[in-house]
Amino acid sequence: MELSDSVAVAQARAGDSGAFRVLVERHSRNLFRLAYRMTGHQQDAEDVVQETFLRAYRQLAKFDDRATFGTWLYRIAANYSLDLIRSRKRRAAQTEPAVEEGAPDPMQSLPDPAPTPDRLAMSGEVQRKVAAVLEGLSEMERSAFVLRHYEGMCMDDIGRTLGVQPNAAKHSVFRAVQKLRRALEPLVSSAS
Amino acid sequence: MNHLTDEQFVLYYYGEGDGSPAVRAHLDSCEACRAEYANLLRVLNVVDSAPVPERDANYGVQVWNRLQPALKWGRRPGLSWLSLSWLGISFPARQWAAPALVATLIVAAFLAGRYYPKAPAGAQTAGQVRERILLVAVGDHLERSQTVLLELVNAQPGQSLDVASERLRAGDLVAENRLYRQTAARTGDNRVASVLADLEPVLLEIAHGPDRLTPEEVENLRQRIEGDGILFKVRVVGSTVRRREEKAAPQNAGRSTL
Repeated sequence: MELSDSVAVAQARAGDSGAFRVLVERHSRNLFRLAYRMTGHQQDAEDVVQETFLRAYRQLAKFDDRATFGTWLYRIAANYSLDLIRSRKRRAAQTEPAVEEGAPDPMQSLPDPAPTPDRLAMSGEVQRKVAAVLEGLSEMERSAFVLRHYEGMCMDDIGRTLGVQPNAAKHSVFRAVQKLRRALEPLVSSAS
Repeated sequence: MNHLTDEQFVLYYYGEGDGSPAVRAHLDSCEACRAEYANLLRVLNVVDSAPVPERDANYGVQVWNRLQPALKWGRRPGLSWLSLSWLGISFPARQWAAPALVATLIVAAFLAGRYYPKAPAGAQTAGQVRERILLVAVGDHLERSQTVLLELVNAQPGQSLDVASERLRAGDLVAENRLYRQTAARTGDNRVASVLADLEPVLLEIAHGPDRLTPEEVENLRQRIEGDGILFKVRVVGSTVRRREEKAAPQNAGRSTL
């Protein structure tokens, strides 16, 4: 019989590594999807997954049983994703270009992820545009939009996750959608 | 009723707000707003179809395998980590192996000096010394990491490879790497933090792999190291760190002043 999250959490707290393993195996893929959508980078998303479980493990004693374990994990992952996005922006602003060393920045030469059926089905232009618009959103807009649109989180939970009032979360989602519409509507209309 | 606003469309789409029945009724009766709402749906459908790289059904197992060495189950979770919370750093007790302990002490000394400066005149000198010690340690760490990576990159193609000693070294380097990465991020040294972040998963993979790698495993690792440009980045940042270390060195004194 499959172990429920709450039972697995209780057993993990008591020192059962197998129970924690169940939680890791159960939630990893969803966390990766969330983290990828938040950060837009595979490696960052992998780091988020790893760090989320490490933090969850370290804070397991503090987990409130009344909450949903999955939502709690999402909260940790979203916050860590925000940290990564911020540090990436700082890096982009502050990093001296590698040309100083007489060589190109290896980050620029990283290959694109392999194509998937979805990607192939979607026009390259629209896809690039979607990625560019999402990248251009503010941290708050992107996070709130991802949590609302892809993860279906309610505004109260988004507010709690991002440390803002629900109303602020709502406005961030609204602004994100406005920007997406402005950028994508001409393309979508011409394609239809 | 006036036409619906953009905000009403968005809230209606997500089922937020109290106006849903009124919005629904308006959409039923207003062709212009229906067309506008259809545009919104088209845009959001396109956003929905933006691809996410697939992770296979075994992904959770892979995450667990990477994670497991960092989780210590001797004591109850949440209690088994020695936490230097005043530094914002925590790490598992069993990772107090000698190299990691040295790294920890270096970082602790650096951060303690950074956060608790003494008298201004003396603090500047002490701060420079601490920074130099940290740069020496990070430079040394990058050099040792580079040695491990080179063993794999330079392995004979098509042959299996005994990496037992590299595994042990990578195990030591992982704990140090994490600590230096956190410190670099904390002190705003983003370039170093970024390279250490790239290096960490590779070190983990080596540390937790088998003692002997098959030709395919060697090739996979080589491709990963070369494809991600990790070795190159480690070299570049390593030499930058060395230069900074030299600049930070006192003009008229040798290492004995440390």
